[in-house]
Parts: sequence; structure tokens; C-alpha cells
Amino acid sequence: MSVLQVENLCLEVPGKQILSGVGFEIAAGEILAVTGESGSGKSMTALAVMRLLPNAVRKTGGRILLEGQDLGSLSEAEMCRVRGGRIGMIFQEPMTALNPVQTIGDQVAEAVRIHSGASRREALERARQVLNRVGLDEERFPLSRYPHELSGGQRQRVVIALAIAERPALLIADEPTTALDVTTQAQILDLLKGLVEEFGMGLLIVTHDLAVVSEFSDRLVVMREGEVVEAGPTQEVLRQQRHEYTRALFKASGHQAHLPPVAGEHAGKPLLAVRDVFCSYALPRKTPFSMRRYFDAVKGVSFSIRAGERIGLVGESGCGKSTLTRAILGLEAIRGGTIAIDGKVPETARGRVQVVFQDPYGSFNPRHKVARLITEPFHILDRQPTAGERRDRIAEALEAVGLPLDSADRYIHEFSGGQRQRLAIARALILKPELIVLDEAVSALDVSVRAKILDLLADLSGRFNLAYLFISHDLSVVRSITDRVLVMKSGEIVEEGDTQTVLATPSHPYTRSLLEAAPKLPDFTQLRETANVSESL
Amino acid sequence: MISYLTKRLASLVLSLFVASAVIFLVIEVIPGDPAAYMLGMNARPDTIAALRTELGLDGSVFERYVGWVTGMLQGDFGVSYTYRTPVATMVADRLWISLPLALYALFLTVVIAFPAGIFAASRRGQAGDYGVIGATQIGIAIPNFWFAMILILVFAINMRWFSAGGFPGWENGFLQGLKALTLPAVALALPQAAILTRVMRSSLIDVLGEDFMRTARAKGLSTQQAIFRHGLRNALIPVLTIIGLQFAFLLAGGIIIEQVFALPGLGRLVFQSISQRDLVVVESVVMLLVFAVIMTNFLVDLAYALVDPRLRVRA
Repeated sequence: MSVLQVENLCLEVPGKQILSGVGFEIAAGEILAVTGESGSGKSMTALAVMRLLPNAVRKTGGRILLEGQDLGSLSEAEMCRVRGGRIGMIFQEPMTALNPVQTIGDQVAEAVRIHSGASRREALERARQVLNRVGLDEERFPLSRYPHELSGGQRQRVVIALAIAERPALLIADEPTTALDVTTQAQILDLLKGLVEEFGMGLLIVTHDLAVVSEFSDRLVVMREGEVVEAGPTQEVLRQQRHEYTRALFKASGHQAHLPPVAGEHAGKPLLAVRDVFCSYALPRKTPFSMRRYFDAVKGVSFSIRAGERIGLVGESGCGKSTLTRAILGLEAIRGGTIAIDGKVPETARGRVQVVFQDPYGSFNPRHKVARLITEPFHILDRQPTAGERRDRIAEALEAVGLPLDSADRYIHEFSGGQRQRLAIARALILKPELIVLDEAVSALDVSVRAKILDLLADLSGRFNLAYLFISHDLSVVRSITDRVLVMKSGEIVEEGDTQTVLATPSHPYTRSLLEAAPKLPDFTQLRETANVSESL
Repeated sequence: MISYLTKRLASLVLSLFVASAVIFLVIEVIPGDPAAYMLGMNARPDTIAALRTELGLDGSVFERYVGWVTGMLQGDFGVSYTYRTPVATMVADRLWISLPLALYALFLTVVIAFPAGIFAASRRGQAGDYGVIGATQIGIAIPNFWFAMILILVFAINMRWFSAGGFPGWENGFLQGLKALTLPAVALALPQAAILTRVMRSSLIDVLGEDFMRTARAKGLSTQQAIFRHGLRNALIPVLTIIGLQFAFLLAGGIIIEQVFALPGLGRLVFQSISQRDLVVVESVVMLLVFAVIMTNFLVDLAYALVDPRLRVRA
């Protein structure tokens, strides 16, 4: 008997259908991946199983059976016993998923206590065992630790511990590794796989990442706009790609932008020179009288960018890449070394370097119209453009990023994530800079949108002789959009070179470990060609 | 934690020092010579000079400041110009009314605001929530002296449950004293409870949207359990801040209510001594109130650290 059966599930918010006729099954010990882009309803499906849907969402049809029992027929009190007892759930954002004012021991023990009625001591003992099982050993992670003392990966392990403490029959993981670094992601996925085998539970994993799907899951459900477009054994679905949407997703996931060669009259002229840069943060004093100590986030980094060159900067969280970026933008004081943009310090060269940030939702003031938002960089100009010039520059920038002219009179909430990122690029372009710093600029986007933005960036770099400093944790994106790559670890650049060469034959062990940990899309091109040949025979 | 405590203590001492200097200087520049005021319009200049010497008003500013501070540290707050009694005993008598009244009102505030705020937050956008919001609107809008008079009319004059004013003193029994303070405490607490309810509600609503509340539900807690075990403590920081401010206000700002109920409290003492140019009393009472406010803030800081472990390292 299957652990979970979802039959013909329909959900709606007033006026809009968000799931129509979704159905699938998960057997014990099986990993089922639900994939799709934002708005496909994959997270809603997971929440519907838990009966934790937002208030506005109504279930209008279908059944959800857990080990044959219809969850819809249970009272809320009975459902509380199912949650955390027979179904565990893990969420995307480990940094905020734990109560910040309670110790990890208490939080895991609580999950035990409310279901088994164990005493506090027994529950804490059980919590210790579970935390050991998820790789948080007693020595370094006593029960008295608070969440803020742990890293993102460690917190995710705590969340997993409290989800599996009662050995549920089904575990639901909603984008469990999206917020994590690649090496941490690999460890968490390994841990989940091990737990599925050990407990024989079913695992429903919701993820947008086809590479994770392909390496991790047994079966796959592809969703679009609230409907299942395709389902089946993962490798089979990915190999055959019967449905055009699956094909499009797969293609967009492995998308390679076509980078125009570095050209233009200034090509090759040195633009940014970073020499032996140190950045540090003051640490809190142990006592009010002790010496101030500093943490070096960037330790003696040197590199240069030439006009029109596209450079990638990769590394995991905490490696210092954001601090370095802020120093280059002149937003952070450096403690040693020099940063020169065409011979000038960053603070005086702001118009020549612009930036695009990760979050297309948080980086715009919601009360201003687009025309004002994208002309904001004008305030650093000595001579303010006339109204006519302003209009021309807005039109030019909007045209360059492929948005209609009437966007200028609209507010930011009227745009989708991808469009907002185009507007962020327009804002960066409007001063005609020579270097654009892209800080995880495509990480928050769906794969199909991401592919289009990467194409746009490649195109713009050719048209305007733009140099890029592309900061990312995602090696496949860096592979697609950069000529040269810098690999950063603990504040130092450990490897540097031609992107294709470094990613094909990494020389530093850290680069190798990054590449190994990154999940890869299977390469079916050859297989499909042979299949086509055999079909045509 | 030790570092947090030392820092808070250091800031406490520094604030007290700065406050004492400011209070002293302000009193210094206020026009009006207490000696001249005490002796009346027709006093001869040499009599005034003699009284100035007697009151210790003719030293240099610095000498008098040092004398005042060292005196206070030894419990000597000087002698009132008008009543010729030690300020320390005058203040102590009043404090025995004002402090219990403030604590009583604060207790009522918390007892009303916590359940009301939690109730409204957990029914956000529903009828119960609107009901609570409407009630707080009224509570904030009603002037408390008017509300105090209504209380007197209803509970003292019509029903005769409480006396209309005055204070029998604690020596006639604790319950007697408490009874006399009940109506004033209710009058003081009502607007404060309305404010605190709103703070509690909005703070808790913010917390209810947090990811860890969803985790708590996914563990198998009911909505109510999740609120009480995980929501409340996280919602407490802004609430504690407001409680600290309210306590300071209740201690010193009850003057109108003290007037309405004819209670000999600190607020009235300050008012009287200002109008009589009894500057020794003004200085001492203001200093005492400042001390109370700073101590309250210190206690609120300690409460923050108890509530939120992250603050123990930072700060």
C-alpha cells in the first residue's frame, strides 16, 4: 500500500483556481520529487497534505490518503497528531524555521513530548539521539545550543531532526536545500536519502532544481499552473521528455548564453584593479577592557578586470565575496590594499560601476514609479540631465532590457520577478557604466526566466562593451556567462583562470569539491539521438 | 552575559550622573530666589542674605552640586524650604502611595492587555479582532480624569463600594490601602491597557507570520499551543519596551488622577513644591523619578536578555 495517495486535488483562492486535479502516489521508501516553476502549485500541494494551507485557500475537491486514511475526514485535533507524528515537514529557509529564543534540545524534545507524552527527561534523551543521527554530535552541539549559534546547514539538520523524531511514515521537504551552499546541499540530501532508507518512509520533495531532482528522486511529478503535466520514474521522464513543458524546463535549466567575444575600441584596457585588499569586521569585546579583535573577511585579494571582460566570483556563504563586492562598490571601508577603477578610488567612480542585487522584490522602493526608480543613479552626476535627455535615457534603458516604454509610468508591484530584474538592469545601465556588478542576480529567478536574463546580459555586454563581475554560488550560471572565474574560500582567492578550463580541470581541491558537490543535469543528448535513430529504423 | 550586564550597569551609572548634572543646572537657571519667596514681598535685603546663608545657597555652583550629590548618596536629601522638614521623609511618605499605585495600575494594564492582545491577534480580521480594536480606540480616546470622575460617580457615590478619595494609610491594613487605590489604579490603567493591547496585538501578528510558527504547527501543535509556546515569548520585546515606558509614566504622571482622588502622591508633591519655589524638594523628587526611570530601563534591559538569548551576546 502506498504511504501517500493524492487524488484529484483541487484548491482555489476566491476567484482563482490554484490546483486542478493533482494526483500522485508515494510508496514506502520512495522519493517523489514535485517540480515546476513559481506559481505551479507545488508548495501548495505539500501544504495541502499537511492541512496547513493559508486561510484564503479552500480545498474544492479531491482526497488525500495517508496509509489509506483520508486526512480530510480527520478533526483538527486528530490532524495535530498526524502532523509531526506520521508526517514530518521540512522547510526552505533554515535560518528562520527555528524559534530563536528556545534551545535546539527543547525544540526537538517538544516534538517528541507532544506525540508520545514522554517525560521531559525522556524527551531530551530522545532529542539527543535524533540530533546525533542527523549529524549534530553531542560534543559540539549540546542540547543547550540556540539556533543563532548554528550555521544554515546545521539549522536545517535540527529542522530535519524534529521532523523525523517520531519516525513519520511520510516526510515532506519543501525546497529543503535551496537556501544552502552546494556542499551543504549535498550533505543534507545524503542525510535525507539515508533516513528514507533507514526508516522506510516516503519522501515528498518539492524543488525547482532539475539537477537535484535527477540525482535524488525515484519518481517525478512535473507541475505547471496547478496541473500535473507529466509524471513517472525520474530518469524515464527526463530522458523521454514527452511533454513540451518538461522539455522547456530541462532546456532552460542547462541553458548556455551565447557570450559575444570581448570587442570594442577599449577592449582589453585595464578597468578595475584590486590589489592586496583586506576587509575586516570588529568582533564584540569579551570584556569592556579587552583589546578589540577583528575578523578578516577578505584577506589580501588581488585581481583585475579589463574593459568588456566578464568575470565570475564563486564561493560559499561566508567566504567574503559579498564583503569584497561592497568594497568594490565603495560601500565598505577597506583595511588594507587598494581598489582602483581606471585609477580612481571607488567612491569617486560610482557612475562607472553599477550593481544589480539578488532580490528583485526588495531592491525597489514600492512607492515610486519606474521612471523615478531607474533614473535614481542620476543623482551622482555633476550635471543633471534635462527633461528631454531624461526621457531619452529612460526609453533607451527600457528598450535595452526589452521592456515596453509605458513601463515608465507604472509601479513596481505591477511587474513579475523577471521583469523587475530587467528593471534593475535598466537602472544599472542608465549611466552607461563600464562595469556592472551582478550579486547573485539570477539566483531568485525561475529557470526559464533565468535563461532569458542570461541571454539579455550576454547581449548587453556585446552591445555596450560592458564588463561584468558576476557573483554567484551557482557554477552552471557562472559557466554560462563568464570568460574568467575566481574561486574564493575563507577570504582568499584560491583559484583563478579561464572559466571553461577551471570548471573542466580544476586544480585546487576546494574547486574540485565544489564541482563534485554541485548536482548535475544528466546529459541525454546522445541518448536521445540514438533513441531517435532506433525509432526511425 | 557578564559583559552585557557590565555594559548595562556602566550605562546606568553614567545616565544617573548626567541626569543629576542636568537637573541641578536646570533648577539653577530657573528664575526665582527661594529665600526672597519665603520671606515675602517686604523682606529686607540683609534678612534675605542671612536666610540664603542659612539655606546654603551662597556657595559656588560646583560646591553646591557636590554637596547635593554626596548628601543624596548618604540618604540626606536636604530640608524643605517651606515645611522645614527633611525632604527624605516627605518623599518617602509620598512614595508609599505613588509606587504601589503605579505597580497596581501596571498590573491591571498587563492583566487586561495580554489576554486582549493575544485574543485579537489570533483572530486577526475577524469580529473579535475588530471588537478589541474598537475598545482600545475608546480606551485611548477617553480622558482619564473624566473616566476617574465617572468611576467615582458610579462606584463611590452610587454604589458606595469604594470611597471617593483620600488614602487611609497602610497601617490600617493592607486591604484597606489596596481598596483605596483601586479606583485610581483602574483610571490610570485604562488608557495604558488600550495602548499595550495594541502593541501586543501587532507584535504577535508579526510573529505569527514567522517561519518558525509554521514549523511549530508542522510539529503537531495546535494554533493555540503554537501561540503560547512559541509566539508569545518572541512577541515580548516591543511589549517590554512599552511596559517600561508606562511604568515610568505611571509613577510620575499620575498627578491628575492624584488630584481627582485627593491622594498625597509624588506628582502632587512636585506640583506644590514648584509653585512654592521649594527647589530642594523639586530637585530631589525629580532626581528620584529619574532614578526610577533609569532603573526601570535597566530592568527592562535585563528582561530583554532573559527573553532573547541573542541579545546576551550582542548588545
